[in-house]
Amino acid sequence: MQKPKVCVLRSAGTNCDKETAAAFKLAGGEPELAHINSLVSGAKSLNDFQILALPGGFSYGDDVASGKIFANELRFKLADSLREFIRAGKLIIGICNGFQILVKSGLLPGSTELKQNTSLIINDSGKFEDRWVYLKPGGRCVWTKGLKNIIYLPVAHGEGKFLAQDKNVLKSLKDNGQVVFRYCDSSGKLSGYPDNPNGSIENIAGICDKTGRILGLMPHPERHLFSMQHPRNWNLKSKKEGDGLQIFKNGVKYVRDNL
Amino acid sequence: MRYKIEVVDKPGIFDAVGQGVRKDICDLGISSVKEVKFIQVYLLAGNLAEGQVESICEELLTDNVAQDYKILSGNPQTSPKSNQHVVEVAYNPGVMDPVEESVLKGIRDLGISDVESVKTAKKYILHGKLSSAQLKTISEKLLYNKLIQHVSSSRSPEEDTKHQPGYSFNLVMVDLLSASDKKLLEISKKGQLFLNLNEMRRIRDHFRKLKRDPTDCELETVAQTWSEHCYHKTFRGNIAYKESGACPSLGNKSIKSLLKSTIMKVTNELNKPWCVSVFKDNAGVIKFDEQNNICFKVETHNHPSALEPFGGANTGIGGVIRDPMGTGLGAKPILNSDVFCFAPPDMAFNKVPTGSLHPKRVMKGVVSGVRDYGNKMGIPTVNGAILFHEHFAGNPLVYCGTVGIMPKDKSFKKTNTGDLVVVVGGATGRDGIHGATFSSGELTHESETVSSGAVQIGNPIQEKKMLDTILQARDANLYSAITDCGAGGLSSAVGEMGAELGAKVYLDKVPLKYSGLSYMEIWISESQERMVLSVPPKNIDKLIKVFSDENVQATVIGEFTDTKRLELFYNDNLVCDLDMRFLHEGIPQIAKKALYIQAKHREPNIPAKKNLTADLLKLLAHYDICSKEWVIRQYDHEVQAGSVIKPLAGLQNDGPSDASVTRPLFDSQKGIIISNGINFRFGFIDPYWMAASCIDEALRQVVSVGGSLKEVAILDNFCWGNPDKPDRLGGLVRAAYGCYDTAKAFGVPFISGKDSLYNEFSVHGKSTAIPGTLLISAISVMEDVNKSVSMYAKQAGDLIYVVGNTRDELGGSHYYDLYAAVGNQAPKVYHQEAKKIFSALSKAANKGLVKAMHDCSDGGLGVALAEMVFSGGLGADIFLGQVPYKSASSRNDFLLFSESNSRFVVEVEKKKQKEFEKTLKGLPFGLAGCLSSGNDFKIYGLDGEPCVNADSRKLKDAWREPLKW
Repeated sequence: MQKPKVCVLRSAGTNCDKETAAAFKLAGGEPELAHINSLVSGAKSLNDFQILALPGGFSYGDDVASGKIFANELRFKLADSLREFIRAGKLIIGICNGFQILVKSGLLPGSTELKQNTSLIINDSGKFEDRWVYLKPGGRCVWTKGLKNIIYLPVAHGEGKFLAQDKNVLKSLKDNGQVVFRYCDSSGKLSGYPDNPNGSIENIAGICDKTGRILGLMPHPERHLFSMQHPRNWNLKSKKEGDGLQIFKNGVKYVRDNL
Repeated sequence: MRYKIEVVDKPGIFDAVGQGVRKDICDLGISSVKEVKFIQVYLLAGNLAEGQVESICEELLTDNVAQDYKILSGNPQTSPKSNQHVVEVAYNPGVMDPVEESVLKGIRDLGISDVESVKTAKKYILHGKLSSAQLKTISEKLLYNKLIQHVSSSRSPEEDTKHQPGYSFNLVMVDLLSASDKKLLEISKKGQLFLNLNEMRRIRDHFRKLKRDPTDCELETVAQTWSEHCYHKTFRGNIAYKESGACPSLGNKSIKSLLKSTIMKVTNELNKPWCVSVFKDNAGVIKFDEQNNICFKVETHNHPSALEPFGGANTGIGGVIRDPMGTGLGAKPILNSDVFCFAPPDMAFNKVPTGSLHPKRVMKGVVSGVRDYGNKMGIPTVNGAILFHEHFAGNPLVYCGTVGIMPKDKSFKKTNTGDLVVVVGGATGRDGIHGATFSSGELTHESETVSSGAVQIGNPIQEKKMLDTILQARDANLYSAITDCGAGGLSSAVGEMGAELGAKVYLDKVPLKYSGLSYMEIWISESQERMVLSVPPKNIDKLIKVFSDENVQATVIGEFTDTKRLELFYNDNLVCDLDMRFLHEGIPQIAKKALYIQAKHREPNIPAKKNLTADLLKLLAHYDICSKEWVIRQYDHEVQAGSVIKPLAGLQNDGPSDASVTRPLFDSQKGIIISNGINFRFGFIDPYWMAASCIDEALRQVVSVGGSLKEVAILDNFCWGNPDKPDRLGGLVRAAYGCYDTAKAFGVPFISGKDSLYNEFSVHGKSTAIPGTLLISAISVMEDVNKSVSMYAKQAGDLIYVVGNTRDELGGSHYYDLYAAVGNQAPKVYHQEAKKIFSALSKAANKGLVKAMHDCSDGGLGVALAEMVFSGGLGADIFLGQVPYKSASSRNDFLLFSESNSRFVVEVEKKKQKEFEKTLKGLPFGLAGCLSSGNDFKIYGLDGEPCVNADSRKLKDAWREPLKW
């Protein structure tokens, strides 16, 4: 059986592309790194892929606002091929900067006109922070099948505070099962800083579109593929798999089963 | 047309930037500011059609969920309301605005091509009663740095965006042939060449033989190549060394090249087969596995960081990242390590030397600079240290290190005749002129005006793009050599690459940021984010495509020849024609005097006390020892997904790790250990023993995480005062010999190093030297990262061992520092004993007998025990009577706080007790106690009575508090 093909899209400033590709490879996919210029020029085509991954980093230095310039490139240069990709029932995942790009381009929570109605803004602490966080999965999303009740992943960002344009947007996110990850404490209780590292409303760490096929999240599942990456790994040495791997496996399995 | 656009958070959105500034204002002692509002300003120039500005604002500059915008034509000054103060900060003309390039791209992506320039500014609205003096204080101390920025109300926007004037060619000759000695010195000083009379004479004599004056470009090229920064004259020159009262005595001697007599000598004598390339390339290279090599380089960026902390540290890390990129045919950077020395952040403002920034601002700026560049490059910052002393007030130390990995067959370079000289990356501007020569002299209170050209801001995304494309070009075998443009710019890069062959460069072909640069400025500019490749002509089209496909400039600017001459042209005019041999070998031997007289310090009179809890709390809160979490969390230490032993460890991920362990390849269990040793306090007593202790510290940290001494390489980084002063140089000589003796005894080779001298700060002629400081960085390959060991206590009931002898070596200790004393007994290194301990503990860790291990360093055994226990969220009962102690005094405080070398605290499970003790047989170790549940931390003294009795959570709070900003 052919392995699902994953387009790991990068631009100037993308820096988690290698480990994101490694995660998909480990999960059974066939990842390929592609520079956005190669999609815009037509040298590569989204048609050849079943999964689009937007990795973390600082695209264009996060100048103006995180993910903004990359998001505009998607909106103004690749809108048609993206709409076709989504219509074909294919999968998209955006991690950290990738999540920021999905939100700023309006691909999340999902509008056909690609209009932004949620945002990720500067952390309440006013600074970039790297820390491990507990997450409670929920909602309806193809990427989160079979995850444990609480998973543990690192965040590393300066602009991760999730925000909705208004109450209606937030309500529809919740009503439609689009809130996929929330920051919590080790027992699963929603709690404040530093468990919620950026001040996100309702502790939201990740959301999906209505179909559950487009996922964006601030934490980095690709940095917890092996138990040795866990910060307290001394008694996990017999365990091999990290909490993040299942997310990538879900994406690959979905493509195998459905596309 | 010019447009000013202001972007501000919508009402109800938490203004994190404004809040941060408000807090900083409070820290200045000004409490009347109730609120600060932050506004991002963009200044656009161009002829835009109706509606285009609005669309730029809506589609690009504003986050419509969280922000509003306002468009102002021209530069209207709105009068602020009462008790409202507006400060708007913009970059000075000529300073690169890192945001400009991205915004211009973003505007073009909207289909709008008529915007000519973009500048950004930051506007702060302060609410509250302020005198104009207070406002000035806030502006100058917090909001801007006049070297790169200005408060923009004082200038019109026309001036901010105006074009640089054009340049018309005019060959400048320097009247050297007829110059007297006095005139020679004047030329050196006026031109900021930092060349001494001897060197100036040598240049004059050379040109006399040629019967012509040099061009300005020729003189500058020689000055850069011969600068202390590039040539390391002190370490390579002759030194007449005398000493008195020192132990061990080196004897009076004349030293021919300190470098070859000490640092390089160890490496040559040890001759390790896994050392691939040492002291040759931009970084030292060692073997990693059968397919790959790794390289490591540590640099300093002290002087620029003193003047502009953000920019200085930013370009410091940017520069050291280019070292591995320019090693062999280019290595991929995989981790950074950063070590800083500052004055205490609570230093009184009136004690800060004239012309210097306050240490807290320096520290915040430096940390931000490293954060910005390292995080954006996607390189994890996995290791570091921060130390404090008042004498760093005018001259902080900023060490940045980078490790890279590369395929074995890409580890060497060779430039060939006929290869093209290609510059890739950023364009060249007027920034960074005279960096190499500037760092070869002392800082003064006037440096900020005289040398402001040496200060730059980096553009990490430019460097990231360049890295991505260089690695592709490397793997396609498109070039034959590569080096970075660091200090000295093209001058030193091309000069080095063509040293054996010769080179022709056409300076008018170099891409410029703006017009107006003279040929000389183009040649010596140190603009960041550039590298030089030598490319066989047949590959040039392919190579340029690799770069242009990802929007990176690659430009042919010349060729390598076989003339052994450096020939530079500007629009067909020959502007430099130098003999490569004269350039690289013509420098006159330097002869310096060094004198070391053993200092005698006061011994403190500390009465023996029963209860040492208060002292332990004070030590934990010492700036050198306390938690650096505020800094560490701002660095991405997880990117590239290879971190195994992280900088923060423990039950709550906040304890202080010793070394870092990184696994660089996803399909291999091999790891890289990085650690550092630094302790300038021992140098107050004797730099020889400081050097020995630094090496011991770096090595015992390697052992602490489960590594061994089998394949450890080390790097030296000396930051010292003015070596032209015999007393400073005397200490430096002792430190270098300390390095030789210790490294030789441990069998660890140096593979690379660096020295930054002239670290002095003078105000009106009175000079203060920094404490002579040596950083030893260690790198080691670990066979299996699954065997790595972390520092925090794991389980109640486990045994605690103390391994290694404690001696009454309190000299230079932090305990003595609490009593404002230095003392005279600096810790020594007992090589044979230390080696056996290191080797036994490596074996024990490798056999899985060790559950946690922490080395004893700053603050001694007491601090090590406390850190280990509170990081694990446990308690402990420890009996000092069981700790190996070689002493005449038998004092609890000395045993607890002496900083003797080669000691460890080890946690061992009860069932592994026998095997562990067998592994350590014959060595000094003691079963000192065990871990307990709960948080009672008790240490029983030599008399059996408790001398420390504390709640481990309280200890942790004291340790976390000082830098919890």
